[in-house]
Amino acid sequence: MNIVNLSKIAWKAILLNKARTVLTMLGIIIGVAAVIAMLAIGEGSKESIKKNISSMGANMINIRPGAGMMPGGVRDMSSMQTLKLTDYEALKSATLLKAVSPLVNGSGQAIAGSNNWATSIYGVSPEYLTIREWGLEKGTAFTNEDVKKIAKVVVIGKTVEENLFAAGEDPLGKTIRFNSTPFTVIGVLKEKGENTFGQDQDDIIIAPYTAVQKRILAQNYLQSIVASAISEDQATEAVKEVTGILEKTHKIPENEENDFNVFSQQELISTFSSTSEMLTILLVAIASISLIVGGIGIMNIMYVSVKERTREIGLRMAIGATESSILFQFLIESLLISISGGILGVLLGLAATFIVSSVIGWPVSVTVFSIVISFLVCTFTGIFFGYYPAKKGAALDPIEALRYE
Amino acid sequence: MDKAIIEINNLHRNFKMGEEIVHALRGVSLKIMRGDFVTIMGASGSGKSTLLNILGCLDKASSGDYFIDGINVSELSKRELAGIRNQKIGFIFQSYNLLARTSALENVELPLLYNPDISAIERRERAITALKRVGLESRMKHIPSQLSGGQQQRVAIARSLVNNPVILLADEATGNLDTRTSYGVMEIFQELNDNGITIGFVTHEPDIARFSKRTIILKDGLITQDGIVQDRLIAKNELAALPVIN
Ligand SMILES: Nc1ncnc2c1ncn2[C@@H]1O[C@H](COP(=O)(O)OP(=O)(O)O)[C@@H](O)[C@H]1O
Ligand SMILES: [Mg+2]
Repeated sequence: MNIVNLSKIAWKAILLNKARTVLTMLGIIIGVAAVIAMLAIGEGSKESIKKNISSMGANMINIRPGAGMMPGGVRDMSSMQTLKLTDYEALKSATLLKAVSPLVNGSGQAIAGSNNWATSIYGVSPEYLTIREWGLEKGTAFTNEDVKKIAKVVVIGKTVEENLFAAGEDPLGKTIRFNSTPFTVIGVLKEKGENTFGQDQDDIIIAPYTAVQKRILAQNYLQSIVASAISEDQATEAVKEVTGILEKTHKIPENEENDFNVFSQQELISTFSSTSEMLTILLVAIASISLIVGGIGIMNIMYVSVKERTREIGLRMAIGATESSILFQFLIESLLISISGGILGVLLGLAATFIVSSVIGWPVSVTVFSIVISFLVCTFTGIFFGYYPAKKGAALDPIEALRYE
Repeated sequence: MDKAIIEINNLHRNFKMGEEIVHALRGVSLKIMRGDFVTIMGASGSGKSTLLNILGCLDKASSGDYFIDGINVSELSKRELAGIRNQKIGFIFQSYNLLARTSALENVELPLLYNPDISAIERRERAITALKRVGLESRMKHIPSQLSGGQQQRVAIARSLVNNPVILLADEATGNLDTRTSYGVMEIFQELNDNGITIGFVTHEPDIARFSKRTIILKDGLITQDGIVQDRLIAKNELAALPVIN
């Protein structure tokens, strides 16, 4: 038996039945294209979420009030008043943290001259900009001195600048009022655009937390504390350290739930990734069904093909084909159909992916893995669904096959 | 004519048909020498095809010995039988059995595709040589539907020759052809035989049998006559003598 020759025979049979072969392939083509496109869309959204979350600062650690909450939880965490400035002070001693900042925020109206803009104000320490990896476009950031003096100075985001000041007007040194408290603009943040969740990251005002606490919110608790680990690898350890420190300052008994919640950016990523992964699995499962339908199509056609070519099989046996030659001939034929279908399917899937990304604008990412897996599945489909028809052909008795009308 | 290409001893072949057992061959013994041209004759159902199928290693005897080219066939596995069919036997059928939509050349190459020792180049050369031997060198690219019945049967003969078999076995090879075309085919068989090729030929037409050298007559699965053809015809002369039709 000679695989090269048998492949030639199988290839010839396919060429003699082009139209039927293409129709048979259609199921496989659509199935593979769907799998490729679904995986590309799933992977693309996962990557863009990852990128966006880590663009908020890859080492970032969030400390929120409330018990056992993961991001996306439904309880209103801001209403809890368990985080205090003492916690912030305690965390300054953490060895695995590079920077810590308290965070208090509120929303309201910002006014400059006759311009009026609804936005939010964040009360933070100067380290906040380091933690978020935000840079300044112009001006300066406030200092620890400003925090101590409860200075009414702000750094504003691009959107706020555009809405409060005329084009070309220099906002530095100007006074804006937030909920009627006057602040002096000392800096403008670099433009960052929207995040994954569609929020405008430039629609923000940053001020010393002391000023926001006292002048605007009149509250002594914190909405959250943000910190950054000394490195990405240390993030998990840093979360543990922070938890340990806060358990001490909060005097939480051994077997009681904490009244605060610490999570790293990595955890946030994995939470969102696992959601999008589940969605991907669902999409791929649906796409796989069409691949199975395609495989059944191949089996169907191969049965017809074996039946139709009964005399041919008899002749081949009469001139020296062994049972395994016949088996392999038909198996190779179904493999060629399924693999060619797979190749066309990959191409169609790539085209569909390209259209999705360029026309609809969804983030996509084609992985080598998805192409490899498609090929493996096609090969398996060809063998699995081609085997029984091929076996049936190989088991024919040559004399009866030659007599078949 | 010294060496026995085929030797069978007391061959039986029984078919089970439900409750009944059909005795298609009931103790056939036969020797075919190298260079022989044997026709096997007999009424329909006498066991001609059954015998030829066993000789061609497509079927196995229920009992009895069979040697081809010195090899004891009854001891061979299915795979080895396929090898014998591929290397030692050339089969020709009543209905040609050419692959449709496949050129004459590719049809003739077919047996060599199952022989891994033969390269693509040699395959092509040998197929061309075989087609030349049957006078079809100008029809190599034609597909069966573009060829007459006689031409198709000649392609089939070329296919049976291509592996240099020790014997050609033909079952009613002229059964589908008119007299003139049949004689044309017999002319080829005579030419091949003159060049030393051994032929076993099944027919129920007495005039076709007269082109061979020896006739065996089967009746109910037994040989009743086995003799040299006395008044042998030469196909070339008979063809020339046929009335010309326009
Ligand atoms: N596969 C088979 N199953 C049952 N009976 C068979 C089979 N093949 C042949 N026979 C029987 O064997 C006998 C000889 O058949 P066959 O060799 O085909 O005759 P011939 O070719 O001389 O016309 C017939 O009676 C036929 O019915
Ligand atoms: Mg017969």
